[in-house]
Amino acid sequence: MTALKLEKVCKSFGDVEVLKNIDLVVEDGEFVVFVGPSGCGKSTLLRVIAGLEDATSGTVDIGGEVVNDTPPAKRGIAMVFQSYALYPHLSVRDNMSLGLKQEKQPKAVIEERVDKAVKMLDLGDYVDRRPSDLSGGQRQRVAIGRAIVREPKLFLFDEPLSNLDAALRMNTRIEIADLHRKLSASMIYVTHDQTEAMTLADKIVVLRDGNVEQVGSPMELYNNPANQFVAGFLGSPSMNFLSKSEIPIPDGATLGIRPEHLSLTDDGRIKGQVTHVERLGGDTNLLVMSEAGETLTVRQFGQHDANVGEPVGLDFQDQNAFLFDQNQQRIAE
Amino acid sequence: MSAARQNRLNTFAAHGALILYTLIALFPVFVIVINSFKTRKAIFREPLVLPNADSFSMIGYETVLKQGDFFLYLQNSIIVTVVSLFFILLFGAMAAFALAEYRFKGNTLMGLYLALGIMIPIRIGTVAILELMVQTGLVNTLWALILVYTAQGLPLAVFILSEFMKQVSDDLKNAGRIDGLSEYRIFFRLVLPLVRPAMATVAVFNMIPIWNDLWFPLILAPAEEVKTLTLGSQVFIGQFVTDWNAVLSALSLAILPVMGLYVIFSRQLIRGITSGAVK
Repeated sequence: MTALKLEKVCKSFGDVEVLKNIDLVVEDGEFVVFVGPSGCGKSTLLRVIAGLEDATSGTVDIGGEVVNDTPPAKRGIAMVFQSYALYPHLSVRDNMSLGLKQEKQPKAVIEERVDKAVKMLDLGDYVDRRPSDLSGGQRQRVAIGRAIVREPKLFLFDEPLSNLDAALRMNTRIEIADLHRKLSASMIYVTHDQTEAMTLADKIVVLRDGNVEQVGSPMELYNNPANQFVAGFLGSPSMNFLSKSEIPIPDGATLGIRPEHLSLTDDGRIKGQVTHVERLGGDTNLLVMSEAGETLTVRQFGQHDANVGEPVGLDFQDQNAFLFDQNQQRIAE
Repeated sequence: MSAARQNRLNTFAAHGALILYTLIALFPVFVIVINSFKTRKAIFREPLVLPNADSFSMIGYETVLKQGDFFLYLQNSIIVTVVSLFFILLFGAMAAFALAEYRFKGNTLMGLYLALGIMIPIRIGTVAILELMVQTGLVNTLWALILVYTAQGLPLAVFILSEFMKQVSDDLKNAGRIDGLSEYRIFFRLVLPLVRPAMATVAVFNMIPIWNDLWFPLILAPAEEVKTLTLGSQVFIGQFVTDWNAVLSALSLAILPVMGLYVIFSRQLIRGITSGAVK
């Protein structure tokens, strides 16, 4: 069964087209991440799925039912927001149970589901507190709890980690992945952070300017990007693009090579000078200005004693390089 | 905190200015209150002296409570003010929510139209309002005043509240929608509590002019049983003779209820006025 099927979904605000003919299928139990730069329409797409915005045209199908005219509460979804969006006047327990009360679930069911979620998210000590008495991480857990108790067909996450600090973000990321395994529910997750996308997703949907650029598993997209945008968006540090370098390439084309595929060799095909060194302990990133005037990032594993100003030679294996044409589309070798 | 804040001289100067302003603002009130406890002679001979054993007199208060129906006037004023404020806040907040929350054709135009009332004084329409009230048979009822004051207060209420409602997080409202709350519950349970400081601001700004108004009570509801306190106090001011004891006593008494309401709102009011600047 498919959890979600979008067919030719378009959305415009006035004359501005935000989503253009989106087709997408989410299988049952799949973790799908929408990723793209800000303004690419990923949040709008999520809102259309949730029913908070109406699609201008096209159909939204959740769990085998067309829900274009169904209000959000009846779509069988639950959503976690970036700003937590907890009800400030309600305790943690009431925050979680409000949706169920609105559905007129029996009291016993509400209590059982809330207790289960509280245990799963380790919120036992906080159930009677107000959201204002909780830290950011705890608030986000309550927001996730509020989604869990609904037992929805589809979970929607709208940049849930953006308001958390770096350490907490990683922990919560692991918790969400864990939650997905435990609940084996279908989830859609919106983020602009490619690390979150790579680590969480079964399937990544890369969006740009309201178009789907590519859909696939993280490694598919990493190893086999369809175009220059996807290639540059995924991976950190991002891919180097060379268009006027010493390497023979077709006219107007661009050569893409990931930083970890560049090696330092004195007789390399690319000559340049180190302009900056980032030492991360486990990795060392060198920024190199080539003789053709392009800056390349080189990722060296382990620690490296390169100095700024040093001349270096760079080389790579041809099978690791990608070629893109003038329209930024991939040229198959 | 900025360095200027910690500078003693600046602190002193700021407090000095504020204290001076407070004194100037409170002086007339002070004069009214002390003179209301004095004999007529003492009021005119030494208006700025506190009442002493010789000059102390409750004659003004006795006149006020005997002549005219002071408590009825007070009750009328309170009813008119409280009911008008209730309607201003309710309808103002509802209109502001619609303007802030929903995208519809003519949204901006509607907002401008509603705000236009801030610039056009309602008294210009007095004659038309009076004709309307005569035709609808509302002359000499408290409803006439309540309706006019509600109309008078709405523009500013809509203007201020819609600005505040735009700041209420969209995510919160959307979370309510996903949890199945109706738009009414989202409005009353989620949005209104969050704009409470702004509501208090609007309430105070509207309360004082309504309480003090003489114009509309005089024109629309001059009958004895619907007189407001401000209008009721006018019986003591004659063309040739004015009973100053009674006037001052009536004014002193009239301050009390409105001060009570102000105390209720003030805590919220201060938050409302400063929230834009500090947040």
